[in-house]
Amino acid sequence: MRFMFIVKSAHNGPPTPQILEAMHKLADREIKAGRMLDNGGLMPLAMGAQVRITDGKLSVVDGPFVEAKEVIGGYAIFELPGKEEALASAKEFMQLHKDFFPGWEGTCELRTFAERP
Amino acid sequence: MTAADVHRTILAVWRIEQPRLITSLSRMLRDVPLAEDLTQEALLSALEHWPAAGVPEKPGAWLMATAKRRALDHLRRGAMLVRKHEMIALDMDGEQQAMPDLDAALDDDIGDELLRLIFTACHPLLSREARAALALRMICGLTTEEIARAFLLPDATIAQRIVRAKRTLSESGLAYETPRGKELPERLASVLEVVYLIFNEGFTAARGVDWLRPQLCNEALRIGRVLTSIAPYEPEAHGLLALMELNASRTAARTDAAGEPILMLEQNRALWDQLQIRRGMQALGRARELGGADGFYALQAAIIACHAQAMTADDTDWPRISGLYAELAKLVRSPIIELNRAVAVGMAEGPEAALPIVDRLVQEPALKAYHLLGSVRGDLLHKLGRYEEARAAFEAAAALAGNKREQDLLRRRAAEAADAAMSS
Repeated sequence: MRFMFIVKSAHNGPPTPQILEAMHKLADREIKAGRMLDNGGLMPLAMGAQVRITDGKLSVVDGPFVEAKEVIGGYAIFELPGKEEALASAKEFMQLHKDFFPGWEGTCELRTFAERP
Repeated sequence: MTAADVHRTILAVWRIEQPRLITSLSRMLRDVPLAEDLTQEALLSALEHWPAAGVPEKPGAWLMATAKRRALDHLRRGAMLVRKHEMIALDMDGEQQAMPDLDAALDDDIGDELLRLIFTACHPLLSREARAALALRMICGLTTEEIARAFLLPDATIAQRIVRAKRTLSESGLAYETPRGKELPERLASVLEVVYLIFNEGFTAARGVDWLRPQLCNEALRIGRVLTSIAPYEPEAHGLLALMELNASRTAARTDAAGEPILMLEQNRALWDQLQIRRGMQALGRARELGGADGFYALQAAIIACHAQAMTADDTDWPRISGLYAELAKLVRSPIIELNRAVAVGMAEGPEAALPIVDRLVQEPALKAYHLLGSVRGDLLHKLGRYEEARAAFEAAAALAGNKREQDLLRRRAAEAADAAMSS
């Protein structure tokens, strides 16, 4: 089964060198273990834009977005036998933040890819 | 969480942690079968304690400490050299102190150890089936029951295979090390062969029956990815990974809603997995960079790549495929490869060029009972307007076909040929 982990946080301070190193090692391990297929970090929302449809009208809104609370900071795609493995993996990832990024709060959202028809 | 949930959670953690446990213990004990026994004991211990105490915050560290304690007990009992024993004890104390630090676990680069383990599990001393079972157990962390379900065999058969294989390894006294020099290609071939066997076992299974069978594809892919990251300079490892990724990219398109297979040229290509195709092409590119474009697996991957890169079936680069089959046929003499080559030649140059290849194969003993030979021959004859011969070829093929679906298809083609013969 394929999963996407989406990491969201309201925290906008720079990550500590320790968490960067720990995440790098974890990603390296997961890629070498053949479980992580792809991953990436995203630049701040202010550097992006939103294309919206509201009231039947299409509009482009540039950042920053004051109403945004938790912002997506990165994602990873995993191929795993099942949801239990995905949960174990996401917990390990978040535990690293607990250990190496004091004060950080956020969410790792775990989503299952839709089965193709 | 129900008891079943906890059980599944424990097995999930186990599958992630197990390779690191077994490599660490193998390094301590220099004995893979024993290391495997003791890591299994650590799993049993987790299954015993975690349901009541809860899954620990750092389950990997818990399992590692438990497994190492078992190994240490074993060494104590075995009255190993006192010095070695003390050194390991010291090492362990250090690790236990560092245990809350997850970084220590992540730091543990097991690349070389894992490679050694893979070479041991897939040793040519063992039968292919034994190697496959051992690899799934020691490298993928599957239980005996899971392996048995995946191969549609009784638990006892797999358990026995594993026990026998471990005994063979124990008794052989073979060195626990990565083969080097002249030995390496043969040993690597033995590993790749097993990985491909596991993949094909899963690939031939239909979707949905039991997740464990198709799961074999993913396990094989995972070992393939592990191999290419810890043995990055072996072109055939990349070639095999490319072949598996590219084949697996068609999974969603291979069957219809009723689970019936759909031939590649008739598949909906929008369902092919582009992420997987990209990964396959990268692996194939790497095999070529390493000078392995003409390897057994790389050539097959290159053929599949021609399909993967064609936007529609009509865009397929048949001349290139036929050239690749010609190279493959030079590498391994196989009537099946020759038959595939004939199909590609037929598509690239026309039926009159392909028919002589197929006619030569009619004498081949290995293909005497192979219905696809008659099927291909019938198709070529039909295209050449030799309907009566086409009908006979399809009829003969139908009589050899193993399942009803294929028999029906071939009889239908025979009837079409008969109609065409009447009206021509």
